[in-house]
Amino acid sequence: MKFFTALLLTAFLGYVFPLFSFMPWWAFALSSLLVAIVVHQKGFRAFLSGFLGVFLLWLLYAIVINTKNDGILAFKIAQILPLGGSTGMLIFLSAFVGGLVSGMAALTGSYIRTIR
Amino acid sequence: MRLIRFWIALILTAGLIFLLDIQLPSGGSKTPRLGMFLSPQKGFWQNAESVNFVYNENIKLDGLKGATEVYFDERLVPHVYAENDLDAFYVQGFLHAKFRLWQMEFQTHAAGGRLSEILGPKSGETDFLGIDVFFRRLGMVYAAEESEKELAKDAETKQVMDAYTAGVNAFIKQLRPEQYPLEYKLLNYKPEAWSNLKTLLFLKYMSFDLAGHEEDFEHTKAMELFSKEEFNQLYPYGSDSLDPIFPGKNLIASAGFKFRTPEAVDSQYFQFSKLIEADTTIVPDKDNGSNNWAVAGSKTASGRPILCNDPHLGLNLPSLWYEIQLSTPNFNSYGVSFPGAPAVIIGFNDNAAWGFTNAMRDVRDYYEIEFKDSSKQNYLYNDHWFKTNFRNEVIKRKGMPDTTIVLPMTVWGPVMFDDSHPDKNGTGKAWACRWKAHDAGVELKTFIGLDKAKDVSDYVTAIAHFKTPGQNMIFATKSGDIALKQQGEFPAKWYRQGDFLMPGKNDEYAWQGNVPDMDNYLMLNPERGFVSSGNQLPYDTTYPYYLGGSYPPFRGYLINRYLSEMQAVTPTDMMDLQKNNFNVVAEWARPKMLELIKKDNLSDSQKRYLDLFAEWNLRNEKSEKGATVFKCWWDSLSREVFADELSEPGLPWPETSTLLDALLRNTEYVFVDNINTENAFEEWGDVLTASFQKAAKTIAALEKDDNLSWGKYKNSGIRHLLRLEALSRLHLNSNGGENMINALKQYHGPSWKMVVELTDETEAYGIYPGGQSGNPGSKFYDSFITDFIDGKYYKLEITPKDNMTKKKHLGKIVFQPA
Repeated sequence: MKFFTALLLTAFLGYVFPLFSFMPWWAFALSSLLVAIVVHQKGFRAFLSGFLGVFLLWLLYAIVINTKNDGILAFKIAQILPLGGSTGMLIFLSAFVGGLVSGMAALTGSYIRTIR
Repeated sequence: MRLIRFWIALILTAGLIFLLDIQLPSGGSKTPRLGMFLSPQKGFWQNAESVNFVYNENIKLDGLKGATEVYFDERLVPHVYAENDLDAFYVQGFLHAKFRLWQMEFQTHAAGGRLSEILGPKSGETDFLGIDVFFRRLGMVYAAEESEKELAKDAETKQVMDAYTAGVNAFIKQLRPEQYPLEYKLLNYKPEAWSNLKTLLFLKYMSFDLAGHEEDFEHTKAMELFSKEEFNQLYPYGSDSLDPIFPGKNLIASAGFKFRTPEAVDSQYFQFSKLIEADTTIVPDKDNGSNNWAVAGSKTASGRPILCNDPHLGLNLPSLWYEIQLSTPNFNSYGVSFPGAPAVIIGFNDNAAWGFTNAMRDVRDYYEIEFKDSSKQNYLYNDHWFKTNFRNEVIKRKGMPDTTIVLPMTVWGPVMFDDSHPDKNGTGKAWACRWKAHDAGVELKTFIGLDKAKDVSDYVTAIAHFKTPGQNMIFATKSGDIALKQQGEFPAKWYRQGDFLMPGKNDEYAWQGNVPDMDNYLMLNPERGFVSSGNQLPYDTTYPYYLGGSYPPFRGYLINRYLSEMQAVTPTDMMDLQKNNFNVVAEWARPKMLELIKKDNLSDSQKRYLDLFAEWNLRNEKSEKGATVFKCWWDSLSREVFADELSEPGLPWPETSTLLDALLRNTEYVFVDNINTENAFEEWGDVLTASFQKAAKTIAALEKDDNLSWGKYKNSGIRHLLRLEALSRLHLNSNGGENMINALKQYHGPSWKMVVELTDETEAYGIYPGGQSGNPGSKFYDSFITDFIDGKYYKLEITPKDNMTKKKHLGKIVFQPA
């Protein structure tokens, strides 16, 4: 239960925090860290819920944008980066990067609780 | 232990974020900030525009006087309905920024020598610092600043520019970082505020592109190597005056205009002894030309004039052009505009239509500067030591400290080459650049005037403001007039003045004033029933002023040949003429080439290629293989004839017309002989055979890869300004090419094609190879390209607002004063 609470909170706040234009792209790392402090789990579980929260958020977000765009831009970017023009890889890479940062932040948050 | 693992996790997290937040090196250039770039909320995903997006908005902005409504039609062309003129230009600025901001800024950064600032001094293979230094030393910023001073004296035009600039800035101000155009995110920088100076810099860039061409260093070098006779056979003056734009004029200089040709011109000027090689960092394309013509009612089916224009420029994405309708109570105009400048540039209004081709005159020369000492504080001019002015040109370099060029300014202009920026041969001499574009002008006034022009007298008044780059300005009205004038401020030159580097220690070699405007002839309603230009020589060589420059004769000749035969012309005929792929060089050269080649010396496969050429329909259509054979053979022939004499680098290559003229009329052309063969004296038959045999190897390789058809060989493309393949449209199988009316080469050609019939209800057609949106994530980014390559045109219409509300459209923006 804690796992899903943490996951959903991570995703929700990970969406809300960067909405503000003055916030940097990595603002969700702060919220993920906070969630991990408040909803305490052991290291690996904290990492996983943190990772999945933003991974799924970004995955869904990118898929929605890409679908509305008929894949026009993602195909071009997937050639520049270079991912051989694979939009699927590009969507996965985006989500993975977001997830990894979030997961690491959550891990850090979980460890904060164990210091005291 | 617990503390340690916390710190490790924290450091890893921070390190990860840090790495994702900086630009990482990658193969000579740099990646975007990957974390930001990949974020769906901040990065490139935000630029992926929904294909069903509707542009509905209500915007309140400071600086507007009344309400303005903008409807976007199905091709995303905005139809702007403003309550007054200044609001229209304000909204035009806003729309340019909304759809083309990155391009606008990038073009002015290039013009102002600021590419290092955003791309770094070097990226991949490109030396951006070198490009920046080139433009700074050419005096681009100086030229724009001079024009800004002139603009300050012209309140009316300044108001227009101010309104436009305010519109651009109103857009930039409300732009959030996640909304920045894609290229800012790729390169990691931010848009800055727009200014009138930026608009002027953009216009100076067009001057560079169209009136920046010169081969003075190259000619001087050639002068060193050849006798006068040889030189004139390689680089003849006026042999290309096949069919000038203004034929059959009684050509005498205006009363009172007398040249002083320098006394010692033969011993001093025509015999320079030093070898000098130009800095060839950037050379504008020689073929920055265009076609325009207007046919009088006497030759059209409707009895009304038809005006046509297709300017040939480098083809890029986002496109140089942005289509727009501007409507106010004072005027309605429709056509293409430059993102970065107000007004419709080429188009039509309720009464008339207008267009341009480049005049190709040489208005950029070099003068030798003798400094008193290495401090460069003083230079010799008319027996006095003049004080040098210095401009500090600061170049910011991404990731590196700034660098400053101290640019010496003389009576001639900026010193482009000296010991701190030497020419390749390191002569140690200093050369100042005298360029017409350094002279202040308010060229924009011409376009604003044309947008509102009702008749020929309005046209004459409007174009009188135009100085540089000189243009063949064509005009036609609903009342039946057609007109053409080569407009510009041109230095009055004596024979060959400025073809070579000139002495600068006194005013002996200086330009002696401008060609009086009355000697720039206005052709109005000529008997032949049409006016036309295709960048050929404007007048024949009896014109009293020297017409230095490079003038491709063939397109102009072809246009005249077709137009003089045509009757009861319709807009469709005119579109077909713009798409005409007939190759007149091949038409004239082929009989001679087939006659003189020694067929017995050819192998069977070579004979097969020769048959392809012999049976070719003389049209450079995409499927024609004969066109490719001709091109390969002609290039090979040119090398066979000239490469032995012109083996040194840095010499100008003779024009196609020179080789053609020699082939047709000069059986003993001296350059035909190969100077590297001691005993033999080669003749045309020998070089034609040898060049064909060499070309056959290229042709065989092309055939093997199935690339022999003209379209595949030419391999046209429209490239993104950053030359990123993924953002470009490459490998377009297309018709046309150099010296054809349809001048579509590999990366260069018709940048806008327009046909306007001036019937009571205007019937107009046009297309450009791009799309209205500059966003690579929009379906409108390149939406015209396929139709363009297929030879299609769109109907252009000054649509009344009431009709727009009824038509299918992509949205409506209402602008109101805040």
